[in-house]
Amino acid sequence: MHEMSIAQSLVDILKEEMARHNVHRLRSVKLHVGQLSAIVPESLSFCFNVIVSGTELEGARLDMEIIPLKAFCQDCRENFEVENYTFVCPLCQGTNIRTEAGQDLSIVEMEVD
Amino acid sequence: MKISVVKDILEANDRIARQNRELFDEKGVTVFNLMSSPGAGKTSLLEKTIEAVQGKIRLGVIEGDIQSSQDAERIARFGIPVVQINTGGACHLDGNMIRDTFEEFDFDELDLLVVENVGNLVCPAEFQVGEDFKAMILSVTEGEDKPAKYPLMFHESRVLLINKIDLVPYVDCDVEKIREEALKVNPHLTIFDISCKTGEGLDAWCEWLVETVRKRKSA
Ligand SMILES: Nc1nc2c(ncn2[C@@H]2O[C@H](COP(=O)(O)OP(=O)(O)OP(=O)(O)O)[C@@H](O)[C@H]2O)c(=O)[nH]1
Ligand SMILES: [Mg+2]
Ligand SMILES: [Zn+2]
Repeated sequence: MHEMSIAQSLVDILKEEMARHNVHRLRSVKLHVGQLSAIVPESLSFCFNVIVSGTELEGARLDMEIIPLKAFCQDCRENFEVENYTFVCPLCQGTNIRTEAGQDLSIVEMEVD
Repeated sequence: MKISVVKDILEANDRIARQNRELFDEKGVTVFNLMSSPGAGKTSLLEKTIEAVQGKIRLGVIEGDIQSSQDAERIARFGIPVVQINTGGACHLDGNMIRDTFEEFDFDELDLLVVENVGNLVCPAEFQVGEDFKAMILSVTEGEDKPAKYPLMFHESRVLLINKIDLVPYVDCDVEKIREEALKVNPHLTIFDISCKTGEGLDAWCEWLVETVRKRKSA
């Protein structure tokens, strides 16, 4: 259950950003959750709610979008979606692959008053 | 009002991990992060590895567990520096916990630092600690489906040790299938089949390890 540590890092960043923009109410946050990241969205939501309850962030909504795994074959230059976590080029069977999306866990947008 | 942010949530940890890494680089210490589910054989592998490479390279160990110092005691018997971290509930080590052990080590006297992570096939893979590489163990009793079910750890690791191969005759496990499944998730994995009980396969692993440490030292 590492969602608790992740929720804590998320809250730290949110507070920092709110102070920087001098805003006090957070309506919602949009996250991109890479398909490869080992996060359970429900569990992250739960931990987030626990941490923010009783603080000025209470009531903020977490919107999570799962970002599919996309990769690029550096041998044949094919862009492809990684299916079943198989990091092999579907065109040339090469393994010289660069992951382009779906690995990260990031904040993309905050809605504030 | 909407504010666009674009920030990696794990950035704070990644930053500390990079700082740890700078120190290791400066001191020429190779660091690997050893991960597996509970009981796959991390401490057993360390015991066997220490026996084999002591005298060739100077090792130190960080033991990560939710509770207890049993693993650190097992390692301390070899007379090498070892520090136990108790995470008090957390299912993984992070960069900060590793940094907190630094005053206990004299890195000028070490070639290799092994970090035994908390037994868990999911969470540790998400947190950098400043390592050169991650190595993971899968024991044959865990099943061939694990790479597909826990892809992140397999994807992030440079080395996969398939342990307890002495048990293959007693369990329904196809080692070739584990290898195949793991290589789908990470075609660049270096794989060793080992048994910490019989010692099978450990020579190849230890040779690889010593060579990796030497290469890094001279780089
Ligand atoms: N048969 C057999 N048993 C093994 C082997 N390697 C480890 N074991 C046994 O597996 C059990 C767990 O081994 P540990 O080395 O403590 O495992 P670990 O991964 O360090 O466990 P945690 O730190 O608790 O996550 C012990 O009883 C070992 O003796 C092996 O190759 N074959
Ligand atoms: Mg152990
Ligand atoms: Zn290709």
